[in-house]
Amino acid sequence: MNIKNIKSEFPIFKQKINGKPLVYLDSANSSQKPKVVINRMSNFYETEFSNVGRSVHSLAVKATNRFEETRDKVQKYLNAKHREEIIFTKSATESINLIASSFGDKFIKEGDEILTTELEHHSNYVPWHFIRQKKGAKIKFAPVNKRGEVEIDEIKKLINSKTKIIAVTHISNVTGAILPIKKIVDLAKEKKIPVLVDGTQGAPHLKIDIQELGCDFYAISCHKMYGPNGLGILYAKKKWLEELPPYQGGGGMISEVLKDKVSFADTPTKFEAGTMQTADVVAFSEAINFIEELGIKNIQNHEKEILQYGIEKLKKNNSVNIIGEPKERGSVMSFTIKGIHPHDIATILDEDGVAIRAGHHCCQIFHDKVGIAATARASIGVYNSKEDIDVLCNAINNCKKVFNI
Amino acid sequence: MDLKELYQEIILDHAKNPRNKGKCENYNHDAKAYNALCGDKVHIYLNLEKGKNIKGLSFEGEGCAISLASASILTDTLKGKDLSFTKKVTDDFLKMIKTKSKITLNSLSEDQITTINSLSGVQEFPMRIKCATMAWHALLSAIKKKEV
Repeated sequence: MNIKNIKSEFPIFKQKINGKPLVYLDSANSSQKPKVVINRMSNFYETEFSNVGRSVHSLAVKATNRFEETRDKVQKYLNAKHREEIIFTKSATESINLIASSFGDKFIKEGDEILTTELEHHSNYVPWHFIRQKKGAKIKFAPVNKRGEVEIDEIKKLINSKTKIIAVTHISNVTGAILPIKKIVDLAKEKKIPVLVDGTQGAPHLKIDIQELGCDFYAISCHKMYGPNGLGILYAKKKWLEELPPYQGGGGMISEVLKDKVSFADTPTKFEAGTMQTADVVAFSEAINFIEELGIKNIQNHEKEILQYGIEKLKKNNSVNIIGEPKERGSVMSFTIKGIHPHDIATILDEDGVAIRAGHHCCQIFHDKVGIAATARASIGVYNSKEDIDVLCNAINNCKKVFNI
Repeated sequence: MDLKELYQEIILDHAKNPRNKGKCENYNHDAKAYNALCGDKVHIYLNLEKGKNIKGLSFEGEGCAISLASASILTDTLKGKDLSFTKKVTDDFLKMIKTKSKITLNSLSEDQITTINSLSGVQEFPMRIKCATMAWHALLSAIKKKEV
């Protein structure tokens, strides 16, 4: 496998969109799937499927082994200390909801503060809003600067004795800013405040060494990492998982259930109530294999090159305004075109086979702050090339033609 | 799918130079609509005379060309009309977008019919239908609301 011709590993690129080759620039929304992942899913359903962790028959044993092998693989991939620190969820959103709910219930009281930023996706704000309402807590937002970053000093200023948790994104899904997680964690450790990182945009593009990062919680969206849709991961330090109450009740997560009391399984099972997405988890192993075979560093360098090329090329277009200029940028470029609403841009680009996203990207707080209702966003994945950027730029010129600009 | 059908000259003209933008004088009904998908907003203001005639009709909002043009066309077409007629046109418009029919109301001028029909291109773009319909839904809620 080679990054230069990696598109051939993704069956979706065989088709044409509106008669044009697909230029997929929406990976920050969800990535496409390589055939190894797709094949693993169908192969698993054809030969190994059964529910996990319950029955004792051969298929159940096989499926359970494959499921738990993925947990080991994820542990190794993230360099987590214990396999029990890896919880499978339905999405990064659910991972954050789990912590907001379990941690919030146990540790957040009236008047306590949750520290987050103006760059957060709704999934790292709304779950905390629930806790704010339920407990009478406060949410503090570290402000975004002109470059679309959140500076460590702004976070420092807002930490006080009432701060119970810091919840920050690893990479902004709008400005692409990479936040100084290590520094935030170091700062928080001094005050003994746990840190939750929304790694939705981080994990697909950066080398993640969870022990080096040192955060307490890290939320991952597997479908943005070339893995199956409907799967997320929560990394949480073992001491927290042992201490936190379960998030959902049901089958699998219990130890003993009596009429007058219920006791719970040990972690990670304690947090995996009900039937899990067995095939998705098993196939996610192949997504990690895929990333490891290419090398996350190589993927990162490749994406950086395409991103750089894209930003320079967009900057040359006088009508295009790029949102944010972070010093450290992940694989996202959001922009506006003078006189054309992003929603119209997305429709017109689609006619040229170019898939982007338009809207507030679930970041209304940020868009309100900068006074823009919506932006267009092109985001890069491993399969993108400089040619894709050229097609994007030509398609942008077509937008201007449609609108007589 | 044809972009020319979607972005017709009439639509681009209304989007660039929206008619009846702002709060109309003495408005007594209003309602907002919001498209969470893309962040488009529209706020309809209505001066409903004795619950019968639409004396004033205007909008505020921001959004894509389709949503702005739709709000602009709505106000332009229905200002000064009576309530039952307005409801009929709105019903027909929403039906047109849904069932791909064309509007053929006798009491509208040929120009007005052409203008309204220019929004029918959105039928081929299912993700954009809400852009075209939100102002009309806001109008219906404004009519239903109590006087302010």
